[in-house]
This record gives sequence, structure tokens and C-alpha cells, in this order.
Amino acid sequence: MNWLLEEAMPFFWCPGCGNGIIMGSLFRTLESLGRRPQDVVAVTGIGCWGKADDYVRTNSIHGTHGRALAFATGVKAANPQLTVLALMGDGDCATIGGNHFLHAARRNLDMTAIVANNFNYGMTGGQYSATTPSGTRTSTSAFGNPEDAFDLCAVAKSAGAAFVARSSVYHVRLLDQLLAEAISHVGFSLVEVVTSCPVHYGRRNEMESPVAMMRHWREVCLPLKQYQALSPSERQGRISIGRLHQEEKSDFMTRYRRIQRRAKGGTDHG
Amino acid sequence: MSDDVLMQGNEAIVEGALRAGARFFAGYPITPSSEIAQAAANRLPAMDGVYLQMEDELASMAAIVGASLAGVKSFTATSGPGFSLMQENLGMAMMSEVPCVVVNVQRSGPSTGLATKPAQADVMQARWGTHGDHSAIVLVPASVAECLTLTVRAFNLAEAFRQPVILLTDAVVGHMREGLDLEAFDGLEVITRRAPTVSPEAFRVAAHDEDGIPSPLPPFGSDYIYHANSSMHDERGYPASDPQVAGSMIRRLHDKIENAVSTLTDYTYIGPDRPDVLLLSYGATTRAALQLVVDHTERRPAIGSLQLRTLWPFPDDVIRRFTSGMPVVVPEMNLGQVVREVRRVVGPHYPLYSLTKSNGLPIAPGEIEDYLTGVIA
Repeated sequence: MNWLLEEAMPFFWCPGCGNGIIMGSLFRTLESLGRRPQDVVAVTGIGCWGKADDYVRTNSIHGTHGRALAFATGVKAANPQLTVLALMGDGDCATIGGNHFLHAARRNLDMTAIVANNFNYGMTGGQYSATTPSGTRTSTSAFGNPEDAFDLCAVAKSAGAAFVARSSVYHVRLLDQLLAEAISHVGFSLVEVVTSCPVHYGRRNEMESPVAMMRHWREVCLPLKQYQALSPSERQGRISIGRLHQEEKSDFMTRYRRIQRRAKGGTDHG
Repeated sequence: MSDDVLMQGNEAIVEGALRAGARFFAGYPITPSSEIAQAAANRLPAMDGVYLQMEDELASMAAIVGASLAGVKSFTATSGPGFSLMQENLGMAMMSEVPCVVVNVQRSGPSTGLATKPAQADVMQARWGTHGDHSAIVLVPASVAECLTLTVRAFNLAEAFRQPVILLTDAVVGHMREGLDLEAFDGLEVITRRAPTVSPEAFRVAAHDEDGIPSPLPPFGSDYIYHANSSMHDERGYPASDPQVAGSMIRRLHDKIENAVSTLTDYTYIGPDRPDVLLLSYGATTRAALQLVVDHTERRPAIGSLQLRTLWPFPDDVIRRFTSGMPVVVPEMNLGQVVREVRRVVGPHYPLYSLTKSNGLPIAPGEIEDYLTGVIA
């Protein structure tokens, strides 16, 4: 199956951007899971990764900034047979869309959020976002970011997400595996992908080349067990990767089908 | 009249929505619209429909767009502060041409204003609230029965024009109760969503006919794969920045509604053939106007009432036809929003009067009568 919309080439993304790697992983995953393009809806908001819908041969919604999960919620609740993917960046998902992110995790519809976290707003010129590490430099924090960052995976887990995982664009085989697990898992799934933005974030933080950024991910990303073995001070600047949380629980539509049966006067069993 | 039921305006909206085939509601509670959410939550599950209580009105509006793209007729309901939040994704629905219905039960503003008090001050917001050039279809009921019939019409127009439609009601009409013979509404026409007439390969989501009406919208999950795009796009839904594509798209979004004004216009005139004075009203204010017409059948001045049920696109031709020189009074529960449009139509020298009230209270018939004394003097 050709998932890439070739007539939309070339990508609008900068050289060295990690988004193409995520897209390749997503396409391999959809292929390996045997999904069909007509059964997949890719929902985006706004931002660099928010243009991912431009390049997919599936159905898509290119929505407003931060609201991808809200559009996705409507799609999935109206037709639970669809494979619904929300493709968001850190600005889109964690910052302007933070409220929707929390509630999507809590509501637990069976869909997958694939968040490309490049630690800044790439499209608008490299401003800091809710995942920009404290002290790092961006176009609006030239003297160091005064705010603390969200750990998106920790937020999703505490908000009730059924499946939470993280990889980087360096750890591509892990990413393939996690995307397949996330899409297959019933309930709200998050895969955070730590990705490279050498043009904005890297340039201002001594990782100007795409290679430097890849080296950085190779060094700071640790499998969960290794990460957990570190002391809190050793964890500074490190990123845990792998499957971080998984929980079997009934998704929203399973519960809502019960409500529909109850409303019709039937039993709510089975 | 064995089927007479006492029904609230807000409940009648849900009755109308279900009759129109709506099976999806997403909303966030807000006075004075909450009864719509409650009735939707209670009635949809038994009809295999879905009620979603979202985290805010931004999400509510987004969810109904998503549901509609998945092939299910959808609606939401809110009031002033929530309607402000919905403007963002109302624009998305306009731009990507997604049929859905948005109910705004107006309350007194600005901002959180008087939460439990009625107003008609969102007339311009309903037309111009979301940014950028676009047009709007806005219907205004003045009774419980009209809440039902105009909701059905709103869904029909949403499908016919592939456009979000706004039902602009208010706390008076939304909360009052009137008797309805529900069987009387059984024959209402319902437009179901059309299927594309071309093959999946030939399908273009934003292709359109000579009137600017876009192609039928297939549900996600069918063999018709397409992109719904909030950004400027070509006929395939792919992003486009070509000035020619952008210019014709924006004009089409505007013209498909504005050129259909005669189809969209809905009004009622009640009164003598040649009234001494014309009351031009809409929504709750129409009720006071109609009371005066009844009271004055045998008296002077002879009063006529022109009720507008379609506020946008503004019915210029109807206004011209009914303003043949007599004084015209526009009573409104705002500081004069519709009267500005009437002035634009009738010109600067026409004897046009604006009766405004913006304190959270409805306009009573006696207030209009007192006002007329000054006008007709």
C-alpha cells in the first residue's frame, strides 16, 4: 500500500527535521497492521507536524491549533470502526491544546495521539513551548527559559491514558514497535516522539547540525528500566523511552453502548 | 389535539433535531441553554445516538465537526460566552464546509453578563463572529413551535449548503413553555445527506456547481477518501496558496449563501394591507409586536408586524417591499443591531426608529405602544 501522497512532495519540513522519520514509521506501522487508507483518519492541528495530514493518502482533518483531539473525539464517537490518529506537536498538544489532551486521556476513546515533541514552536520561528526544558534557549527565551516543562507521558498517565509510550527519532525500530502497540491497544494511547528541530531548537542549544541532534538523542534517551535505576540528580536531562504505561480498561464507546442499551430498556450486561 | 404536550423552547429544539435525523450532540453546560444538552443526553442513547459532554465549547464545536465528517448529523448548543469560544471552530466548519447546527440561546452580555437574563445582542456576532470573509445562515425562532420547525430547517439548510447553520434564539423563547401538537409536525421535510455521484477516484471534496454549492460529503470510512481542511485549499482539499484559488474559494464561500438569499429568507407579515406603522422584529420581541397588532385591530394607528425568521443573509428585498413610506419601528433587546441593516436598505431619509432595550428584561407590548405615541405624533 502506498500511504504517502506523492503529489504533495516535497515535504515542507526543513532539512534535518525528524518529522519524515516519524511519518515513515507511521506508514510502516499502518501497513504492518493491515489497515486500509479509507478506514484511517489522520487529524492534525497546526504546526510543523500539524502539516503531516498534507502527505497522507488516508482521510484527514486539518483543524485548528490545539483542537485535533477534539475533532478526533467527534469522529471516533460517530464511527468507532475508524482508526483515528491525532498527529500533534508539543505546542499543539501540550500547550494550546493542553485541556483537550487531559480530557481525551481521561475520556478514553479508542484513538492514538502521536506527538512530535521538538521542544519548541518550529513553524512560527522557534519560540518556547510547554515542553521546552527549563533554562534552554529559544527565540523567546534568549536568556534561558524561565518555565518548567511538562513531561507529556507523565501527564497522560495521571490523566488516565490507557497506553503511554515514548521513543525518539533516533530509536526508530522502537518507534515502529510502540506505534503498532499504541494503535492496537484499546483506549486512549499516547506515543510521544522526541524529535529534532536543528534549525530552531538545535541551533540555539549547541546542536546546530542534524547529526548533533541525533547524537544527543542517542545519549540522553534511556530505556525505562535503566532510567529508573538512576538517582533523581542523574535523571536530569535524561529521557525515558519505551512502553511507560499500559492498562486494560473499557473504552468510552464500550461504556456508551451499555448506556444505549440501558436507555432502550434492555439490560446493561453483555 | 390528543397529542398536545407542554414543551419548552429548548426541548423543542431537541425534538426538531431528532426529527431532522441528528444523532450526535457535543456540548458544555451553560445557562440558559443547558436544557438542550440535558434533553439530548436523555434522548439520544435510545436512538443509537451519542451525547458527548466536552471539556469546553472549543471542543464541543470541534467534536460536532468531526462527527459530521464521520457521516452523522450533529449539533451543539450554548449561550454568549460559549458562543464566543465556538467562533474558532465555527470558522473551521465554514472553511471546510461541514454541515452542522449551532444553537445560541442568547443571554445578556457582554462577557458573562447577566447569565439568566435574555438578550438579542449576538445578532452581529452570529454573522461576523468568526474571523475572515465568509457568510452565515442564521435563523431566529419566536415561539416553541418555531424552535422545532426552524431546527429542522437549520439541519436541512446545513445539508443543502454544506455549511454550519446558526439557530439564534434567546432566554425568553428558550425557557417559555407552549402547547404543541407533535403530530402536526410529522410531515416536515427532512433533507438527508447526499452521496457523491462520481467515482471515488474522480471525487473532489471542494468541487462545486455553478451556484457554488460543494459536492456531497461522503462519510469517513467509505471508499471516498478525502481531506477536510481548515486552511486554504484546492478542490481536492489540499493546501493551496495560489491567489486565484484563494480568491475564488473565499468568494464562493460568500456567494453560495448570499446568492441564495431568496431561498433562505423566511418571514411573516401580519396586519392590515396598509399599516400606519410597521413593527419589524425577530425572536422574543416579535411576541410583543404581535400582541400590539391584535390589540390594535380596531384602533389607530393600524399596526403591521413583519417578523424575520432569517436574519442572515439579510433579507434586503423583503425589507424594501414592506417599507413603503410608513414609519418603521425596530424593537430589539440590544442597542440597535438589526436596525443598522434596515437603515442600510431603506436609506438615510426613511422614517426609521430604533427602540432598544438592553438591561436583561424583555420588551413588553406596552413599551412599544408608548414608544409609538412619540413616533406617530
